This record gives sequence, structure tokens and C-alpha cells, in this order.
Amino acid sequence: MNDTICAISTAAGNGAIALIRLSGSEAIEVADSIFVSKRKDFSLKNRDTHRVYFGTINDQYTVIDEVLLSIFKVPNTFTGEDVVEISCHGSQYIQQQILHLLIKKGARLAEPGEFTQRAYLNGKMDLSQAEAVADLIASTSAAAHKIAINQMRGGFSNELTGLRADLLQFISLLELELDFGEEDVEFADRTALLKLIEKIEQVIIHLIKSFDLGNAIKNGVPVAIVGEPNVGKSTLLNAILNEEKAIVSDIAGTTRDTIEDTFNYNGVTFRFIDTAGLRETTDTIETLGIERTYQKISEAKIVLALFDANDPNEKVAKELNAIIEKAGEDKKVILVRNKLDLSTEIRDLEIIGLAAQINISAKEKTNIDALLIEIGQAMQLESLENNEVVVSNVRHMEALSQALESLIRAKEGMKSGISNDFLAMDIREVIHYLAGITGEEITTDEVLGNIFGQFCIGK
Amino acid sequence: MLPKYDIIVVGAGHAGCEAAMAAGNLGSRVLLITMDLNKVAEMSCNPAIGGIAKGQITREIDALGGFQALVTDKSLIQYRMLNRSKGPAMWSPRAQSDRVEFARAWRTYLESNPNVDLFQDLVIDLTIENEIITGVTTRMGFKFSTKSVILTNGTFLNGLMHIGKIQIKGGRAGDSASTGLSEKLRNYGFNIQRLKTGTPARLDGRSIDFSKMEEQPGDEGGGVFSYLNEGKHIDKQRSCFIVYTHSGVHEQLRTGFEFSPLFNGTIKSIGPRYCPSIEDKIITFADKDRHQLFLEPEGRDTVEYYINGFSSSLPWDVQVKAMQLIPGLENVKIFRPGYAIEYDFFDPTDLHYTLETRFIENLYFAGQINGTTGYEEAAAQGLIAGINAHRKNNDLPAFILQRDQAYIGVLIDDLITKGVTEPYRMFTSRAEYRILLRQDNADERLTPLGKNIGLVKDDRWQQFNEKYERIEELLKLIKGFSVSPDQINSYLEEKGTPGIKQKSKIEKVLLRPQVRLEEIIALITNNIYPKEIRDSVEIKIKYEGYISREKNSAEKITKLGRILIPENLEFSQFKSISTEGRQKLNKHKPKTIAEASRISGVSPADINVLLVFMGR
Repeated sequence: MNDTICAISTAAGNGAIALIRLSGSEAIEVADSIFVSKRKDFSLKNRDTHRVYFGTINDQYTVIDEVLLSIFKVPNTFTGEDVVEISCHGSQYIQQQILHLLIKKGARLAEPGEFTQRAYLNGKMDLSQAEAVADLIASTSAAAHKIAINQMRGGFSNELTGLRADLLQFISLLELELDFGEEDVEFADRTALLKLIEKIEQVIIHLIKSFDLGNAIKNGVPVAIVGEPNVGKSTLLNAILNEEKAIVSDIAGTTRDTIEDTFNYNGVTFRFIDTAGLRETTDTIETLGIERTYQKISEAKIVLALFDANDPNEKVAKELNAIIEKAGEDKKVILVRNKLDLSTEIRDLEIIGLAAQINISAKEKTNIDALLIEIGQAMQLESLENNEVVVSNVRHMEALSQALESLIRAKEGMKSGISNDFLAMDIREVIHYLAGITGEEITTDEVLGNIFGQFCIGK
Repeated sequence: MLPKYDIIVVGAGHAGCEAAMAAGNLGSRVLLITMDLNKVAEMSCNPAIGGIAKGQITREIDALGGFQALVTDKSLIQYRMLNRSKGPAMWSPRAQSDRVEFARAWRTYLESNPNVDLFQDLVIDLTIENEIITGVTTRMGFKFSTKSVILTNGTFLNGLMHIGKIQIKGGRAGDSASTGLSEKLRNYGFNIQRLKTGTPARLDGRSIDFSKMEEQPGDEGGGVFSYLNEGKHIDKQRSCFIVYTHSGVHEQLRTGFEFSPLFNGTIKSIGPRYCPSIEDKIITFADKDRHQLFLEPEGRDTVEYYINGFSSSLPWDVQVKAMQLIPGLENVKIFRPGYAIEYDFFDPTDLHYTLETRFIENLYFAGQINGTTGYEEAAAQGLIAGINAHRKNNDLPAFILQRDQAYIGVLIDDLITKGVTEPYRMFTSRAEYRILLRQDNADERLTPLGKNIGLVKDDRWQQFNEKYERIEELLKLIKGFSVSPDQINSYLEEKGTPGIKQKSKIEKVLLRPQVRLEEIIALITNNIYPKEIRDSVEIKIKYEGYISREKNSAEKITKLGRILIPENLEFSQFKSISTEGRQKLNKHKPKTIAEASRISGVSPADINVLLVFMGR
């Protein structure tokens, strides 16, 4: 496992510079064999760690490039092994040459994710932190980046560690009553246990809820734009994106398909979904489009309900309300009154789930910034600012949901007065699922240790 | 020329007797050697069998064809089913036994086994050739040769008793210690350490005023431990009594602390946390102003009582003076003082799952020598060692119980993978699959296995089959039966649960906690079903959801168990595994992920590391 691996760590293609990374017990030796410094008798082996050196990479007598080389010796390195990073010029040819040289000198090409895997295997991070590294690399916005970096630093693990202590206490009380029922010990009253269970439930629910936000941020917040044909959906999208993505025409029903595009605003990626219009039609292509509109609305976090400010179609509003009701209650709907430029008088509309309303002109690009601010507020991004733990990983989300399911079973069992042995079974499941995230189960020894530490056992 | 034996069992305690009996019943020629043939299967501590988790073990021993339950039933003077108000996994039978009748019953069973020879002597040496055991030597100079040896020395190996400043070498009050064996085995690489345990005084019942105590009688109608005795019951039971200490008692005890071998450093070894001495309790739980004591009758006709909860190694006069401050014990006389005992035990992580040692072939350890405590835990190991010694001699595959099959499986797996740091006692919380390991279904779980290996004889097998045929029959009746509202609603309302609106399956109605099968069975059938059959059927119906969920998760773990760890994997390369975890993995060389996951010091996070590594 300690063989030395190497890879180009910067993105493929020609950049100004590129970074090649080496990790393993021979990393310094391998680098040393191709690195030449102007200083006399220079060897990387007896150099200080966490330093940068200037020199050339040579293939025998041929100079391949001038480089900066950083060395990181164990134990304080990313992978937990000796690491060398070579910053060379960005030519693909140079990168490939250096890589070939390193392999010739005994390194092996790393497999995808192998550096992070080594960091994990060498105890540099737990499972959820390792997953965060992948998210960090993939993060495309400031917000996604923030979630990933919080998780990598153990924010999520810390939250779970707190839960774990509560659960240990809980299961200890259950087991105490089960295994030492014949002893003269006082048992926790059920109301206190119920309170504890409800507290844990709240924390898990909170984490699960944060997934909505976390997932939206990671993959882009889906925003659906709906409205009757020719109300200016595509024009609005273009105004936001500042480019001609959707086909814009004056003929109603031109947008036959949903078109997606992303837009980064204030560090958050929004994924705009343009939809076909909301209108009953006999045109088969358009019927298909309306079906997709339904689908897109149910996927969206935010719905921009676009109406003609001068002539709001109440029938369409009703239809929209029906769709939103069907799609679920967690939609934030922003009523957008378009064609402000042509407007004389603005009429009111009743919309379900209304989070805000705003008047714009998509054509004149009036009030578009104000609309974006409303969208940001609707997502409640302030929780990110408060450094709250946000769950963004599907595996974590599944584990949390399963834990919650078992927890609710325990809570209901408790209320109906079932015996502790069944409660204990449900709570063990909760622990098991949560442990799946960080890999820390609670052991029997720990439970018994907790019991013996707190209660006088033994007749 | 002395006869050659297949198996020699050293020690005739609870482990030794089961081992000898099992091996003899399987057809091995067995020699059981003990220091004192009048003290076969002594109850060195309290005269009780069973209790929470322990009662389940005794039922399992019985289901496999062992004898502890049968012996208990023959000497029963009180029977209680503990935890009746909890779920069925917690129901635990507990018996008070007549100490003398218990020992006599065991002796009678052993004498009735033509394959078991008895011999009174002390084993002082083992013959070991090329790391294979071939015989034993006794103090009187006899050499016996054998194919295998099962050591069940209990607390006798270098046993040292303490009462205040007085120290006596011996394995039990009145008996001498066994020396020399530990020293011999240490040379073969065994890790030998010391443990401590204690026992309280025995009191003269004629000097006790029971009117000042709370009486605890047995269950009405009594009960039995052995599946073979189902339907029988005892006529006359004796009660136990509950009484409490108070701060005056604690003060008196404190006056002797300077002489206590526990506190002045004489005893360094670790005692059980769940069974502390009275002086330990006063120190550790200083804010508790009283501790519960439990007086257990020592026999059917004797006046002697065992004072549970008052185990002590304080000087004799301090024990007496403190006891005489307890209500009802003002004039108490003591038959035997309490004492603490230190003894050698062998690190059980040096054993295979069959309880054969890793270092010497055909040598087995069972019982307290492995760091456990309790008659039930000891007997279970004796049974497993006896079965496996016989099977190995006859080239049969090992007999190993899994954690989801039996508490015995949990016990041995814990010992071997986790080792012990204090005397090991079974708790239900040690079992992951508590709901599967019930006392009512030990026969269902294990009797077919016992039949397979030849330990379950025809009479038990026939009785077992008849019982489960009747259970199936009743289950079928219930599953096909529906009730109408007018048949059952008055009963339901009386029980405080709403009536049904239309004709419903009786199975559904039975799911309600308030509804008891015995109270509605007359609606379903006129046949008479005995209590154990009704109980079994009711549990199967009422707790079906929980039982099947637990079965599913047990299966998942079994799957994990199938992930093989490559042989010769160098665990020390994984820096993210704790140092302790790496050492333990290197020592145990687990064959599967499931095995690795149970080794103490190996955390689930460590297992993930292995899984990630092997996933490559």
C-alpha cells in the first residue's frame, strides 16, 4: 500500500502552470532522482519539510522544465505519507514527460481518488471528511464550497458525536433496566427518556431538512419559470442569463422543450428551468411540454410565476395553484409581474405558497437584480452564513432518514408503553445508521462501562 | 497398566461435570479427576441458578442435551420467572437450589454414565510432547495417558483467600489450592493473569428475625428449567428475604477499611464491577445511604442463609458487628465468614472457538479458568469443550454456535475475540439479537443441533417434535380464525381497548398488548394446550414484526461474515487503525470481516478502513 503514486493534479489541458503530485514512502527519493538544483550537493532527502525549492527536471542530460518543487514529510501531510508536489509549466507535453519520468523512476500512476483514499487509510480523516474532499473538488460555487469545507473540517462529525453521547446515555438507561431489573437501582423515568428521544429527533430532523438546502446548493438551486404562453418566460431567462439561450419569438408556444441553464449569483448556483407554457392544448408536442412543466415544478425549490402585469390570467393562476398544491408544500413561489414597460395598472392575484412578489420588465431588464435578491432570500441562505451544519451527501441523507424512521418507532413505542427490550432494538438501529456516516458504533463494553460508572450495581 | 482415556477432565465443578457428561454421552471414554469427590458441582457462591441472561444459558444447555437444568429441577426449592412484565426476550427463569441436593443430583448423573470414570486426586503436571498433550500426572504419582485434556480448575489455580489481614491458600473455603499447573503452562506462551472475586457470609437462620424483612416468595405454581420436565411443578417452595443496610452499617464497616486487603494494596487484581464487595459499594457510591441485601435459603431443610450483596474481605469481627446493625440481624450468628479470593486465569484470546488452546493441541480450557464467573457460563463452556474434544478426536467438524443462535455463542465469541478485563458475566445487552435468543425457544434453536451431534437422545427428540407439532397446529388454527364483534367486544372493552367494528382475524386482535391468548383461546378451540405451547405461539404472533426485523439484520451481518480477509494481510500497514486495533488484528488474524469487527479494540471505523482497502 505504501508504494509511491503520482498524478497530474491540475485540470487536463494547457494552463499556465500545472501541478504533479507524488505520495508514498519513496516520493522524495523518486523526485530527488530527477530534480537538479543549482546548489552544490543538493539532495531533497536532507532538506526541511514544507519548503519550496527551485530547480530543473532532467531526463539524464536533457532539461525538461524549470520547476518549483515542494516537499512535505510525514506525518503532517495530506495523505499521511511523504508528499512531493512539482509545479511545472502548463504544457501537456511537459506534464506527460515528467509523469513518464516519475513512473520510470519507480512511481505508479494513481487511480482516481487514491490520494484521498490514502489520507483516509492513514487516519487523516474519517469517512464523511473523505467524502467532503470529493465535494470540495467538485464545488462550483462559494456556497457549495462552504458546505464541503465545513464537512471536511469535521463539522458534521462533531454534530454526530454529540448525538452519539446522548444515545449512549439513552441505551445505557434502557439496558440498566433490562439487565439489572433485579438490582436495587433507580431507573430513569419515562418522561425524561421521552424528552431525550425528542431532542435527538429534533437534531436529526434539522439535519435532514438541511439536506434540501445542501443538495440544492451542491447541484444548483432549481428554479422553475412558469406562466402562460408568450408571457415572456424565455425573455426573462435570457435577461437573467444575459444570453440568447431559449428561442424567443412572438408566437405563443414556441418553447417546446424545457431548457436548463445555471447562473451563479452571490456565491450560489441557481439552475433555471424554463418550461413550456401553462395552457390546455390539442397540439401533441405542447401537451408533452405541459406534462414536463408539471414535472419541473415538482423538482423545483423556487417557482417564478410569471404573469402579464396588465392582463393577469386568473384561469392560469388557478391552474398554477392546482399544480403547486399537487407538487407539495415546500415550494417558494415568487409572483413576477412582467411587461411593466407596457403596464398602466397592476392587478392582484392569489397564489399559493407566495414568498414574494415583484414587478419587472424582462424585455427592458428592469428590476432583474431585485428579483435575484428575492430568489436568494427565498432559499434562506443565511443558515450557511451562520456556519450551521448542512448535509449535502445522499448517503448521509439516507442514513439520517433511516435513523429517523427507527427513532420515530422508538418514540411511538415509548408512548404506547412497549417494553425496553423493543425500545433498545429501535435505538440500536438509530445508532447503527448514524454510525454508518462516521463509522463509530457504540459497543456493548461502552454501554456496560457507562452503566457501571453511574449506578451502584450488585446485590 | 492404567487404562488409556479419550478425554481427561480436570476438575468436577459446573464446567467439568458438563464436559465429562457430554463427552461420555457422545461415546468418549472419560476420566473425571477432582480433589474431593464429595464436592462434585459445589455451588461455591450463592445457591441459585439462572437469572437475567443466565437463565437463558441454562435453557440452552438443556436444549443441547446438557444437564444443568435437569440437576436444578431435582434440587429446586424456589422458582421465579423474572421480568414477566417486559418483552419475552427478557423473561428469565431463576431458581433457588438446595446446595446439597444439587451436588448429589450431579454425582448421580455422573455415576449413571458408563463412559465416565471418577477419580479423586490432584493433577499436578501435564505431559506435553511436541506441543500436543498426551497425559496428566497426579499428586499421588499416577500417570494417565489420554488423547485430550479439558482443564476446568475454577478458582483453584494458585487460589489465595483473604479475610482482613489473614491469607489462606486455597480454591474455596476449606479446600486447598492447585499449584504448579500455571507455572508449567506459562512456559508454553500462555498469558496468565489474576482476577479477584468474593463471597459473603453464610448466616444461621435461627438467629434472624425475618419479621423485619420483606419476604420474596417463588412464583405461584413454581416452574421448571428443563424442557424434559415441562408441565411438572414443585409443591413446596422456600422464600427469599430482602433487607437494606443503612449509614450506621456503613460507618461500622469503614472502621475496618484499613485492614481491608482491597484497600491496603494486598489485592491488586480486578473484581467484577457488577458484583462488588460491600466495602467497594460504600466507597464508590458514597452518596447512597443504603444498599439492598438478599437472603437466600441454602437448602430445603437447613437453617443456613446466604446474604447476597454483603460479599466482603473485611476482618471477621468487623463483618459481624456491621451485620448486627441490620434490621432483623441484631443477634445474627454466622456459620461461615465472607472472603475474597484471587486466582489465576488464562487469557481466553489464546483459545480457538472450540475452546482448544492455540499453543497446545488437544488441551481445552473451560469455565472460570477463562476469566468468566457464574455456574451457567462455566457449564456452557464445559459443554462446548466436551463436545469439541470428542469431535476432534473422532475427526468430526468443530461445533461452534453463532451469536444469533445462542447466548453460548455470544459468550464464547466474546471471550475469544474480546478477552476479559474483569470476571465475565453474561448480560442480555451483550447479545445483538436478544429478541431471537429467548428462553422459550432455546429448544427450537438448539435441540435440532443437539440431535445432529448425537447429544440429544430419542426421548428428548420425540418430545421436542411433539411439542412443535402442537405449536404449528395452534398457529394454524389461529391464523385461520376470525372473530365477530359480539364474540369479543365485551372482552376487549373490559381490557380497556376499543372493540372491533367488523369480523376480524383473531391474529390481528392478538397484536394488541392488552389481549392475552390464554384468555381468548376458548373462542378458537376446545383443545387444551399447555402453557409453554400457548406462550410460544403467542410470542410468535405478537412479536412477529420485531423477530423478523432482527432476523433480517442478523442475515446482513452473516453476509458481512462472508467477506474474506486475505490470508497473511499485514495489518500493521494501516495507520488509520489504532495501535491497539492493529496489534489485536495481527494476533487474531481474523478470517472474515465479521470476525474482525468483534475483536475488542477494533472499532467500526477500523473495519471501514479494511473494507475500503479490500474494495480496491
